[in-house]
Amino acid sequence: MTISLLALLLAIGSFGAGLLGALTGLGGGLVIVPMMTLLFHIDLRYAIGASLVSVIATSSGAAAAYVREGFTNVRIGIFLEVATTVGALVGAALAGFISTNALAVLFGLVLLYTAYRSFSAPDEHSTDLPPDPLAVRLRLNSTYPTAGGMRPYSVQGVKSGFSLMFIAGVLSALLGIGSGIVKVLAMDRRMKLPFKVSTTTSNFMIGVTAAASAGVYLHRGYIEPALAFPVMLGVLSGALLGARILAGARTLWLRRLFTTVVVVLAFEMLYKGLRGGL
Amino acid sequence: MSAPRPSPLNSEGHDYRVEQIIGRLLQLGVLAAALVVLIGGVMLLIHSGSDVAAFQTFRGESAALRSVTAIIGSAFHGDSRGIVQLGLLLLIATPVARVALTLGAFVIQRDRLYIFTTSIVLVLLLYGLIWGRA
Repeated sequence: MTISLLALLLAIGSFGAGLLGALTGLGGGLVIVPMMTLLFHIDLRYAIGASLVSVIATSSGAAAAYVREGFTNVRIGIFLEVATTVGALVGAALAGFISTNALAVLFGLVLLYTAYRSFSAPDEHSTDLPPDPLAVRLRLNSTYPTAGGMRPYSVQGVKSGFSLMFIAGVLSALLGIGSGIVKVLAMDRRMKLPFKVSTTTSNFMIGVTAAASAGVYLHRGYIEPALAFPVMLGVLSGALLGARILAGARTLWLRRLFTTVVVVLAFEMLYKGLRGGL
Repeated sequence: MSAPRPSPLNSEGHDYRVEQIIGRLLQLGVLAAALVVLIGGVMLLIHSGSDVAAFQTFRGESAALRSVTAIIGSAFHGDSRGIVQLGLLLLIATPVARVALTLGAFVIQRDRLYIFTTSIVLVLLLYGLIWGRA
């Protein structure tokens, strides 16, 4: 295969991943690495480099719209970014010592977990509970816009949320993904933030987390321009189009389609990793 | 989105104008990066598009395309791979710039706790990007 043909196919695949990722709200970064390694037999390290770059592009592109809506809690974002960036640097350091087969197995498990979560409804919780004392000291409690004006909310489980964020950072660096699913889990389930606040703040953090490990991988030679350019442009244009078509409205069959893709890729990654084929 | 527009300053003295500027900066950064990557990518395809793709085994990028200074050098020599890499560098720098601007906002608000917290994040990011060690 020539470089031109590979670039064209990667751009088409990445466009589809970005589009579906934006339409379903699951993010496209998750399927880029399996696509590159399983379909095109590209080395896992090059795939992770290209995927991380595309994650930064979609996160920063979408954040521009979110920030202006007033849902993002900048203090929570910055505070948790300490955990995710430390996690990302630790993950990038570990990546050199973990075999690609072990990474493939880990990737398969994360994909399966994402598919499982994609159909569970967001946690219905009260946002008026007495806050975690640590949240008061860190001034994390804030307000968010609702139809009836600005509504205050309090923050729970600061320590366990912070620890989960460290894991999100490690996974992001090891697998080249945004790990939005772990970030939302930490903020939605543990810290009990309003759903809109956790998703937008998570998006705010994804780009920063990915930038930490992308910098390290650039120096290690993981970022190959001939592969990163079609992937980055493909995912970005797909995600921007997806955000334009359906702002918020997520159709069930699209989610089913995307989840099916994720499950198939998960088993394929597990199989390749356990057999030692990657 | 039918949510009411937030007032310029909310109860915590949160300045939405700063957040608007940050949002705009992110958009501009991504657009500029995408443009540079596109130009470099087209040049790369013209120059070596008919070569056989061989990325099954990891060899690692050449030293000229790994560090910040080397990338800027090769991009200004008109090397297509260097130009793509410069665009990607711009993209990686966008979230870093966002953290730097957030730091500026906390400095204006004299929020010591968050000046400290944001500085930690910024140092970690610059450490990864400039020294490239983890």
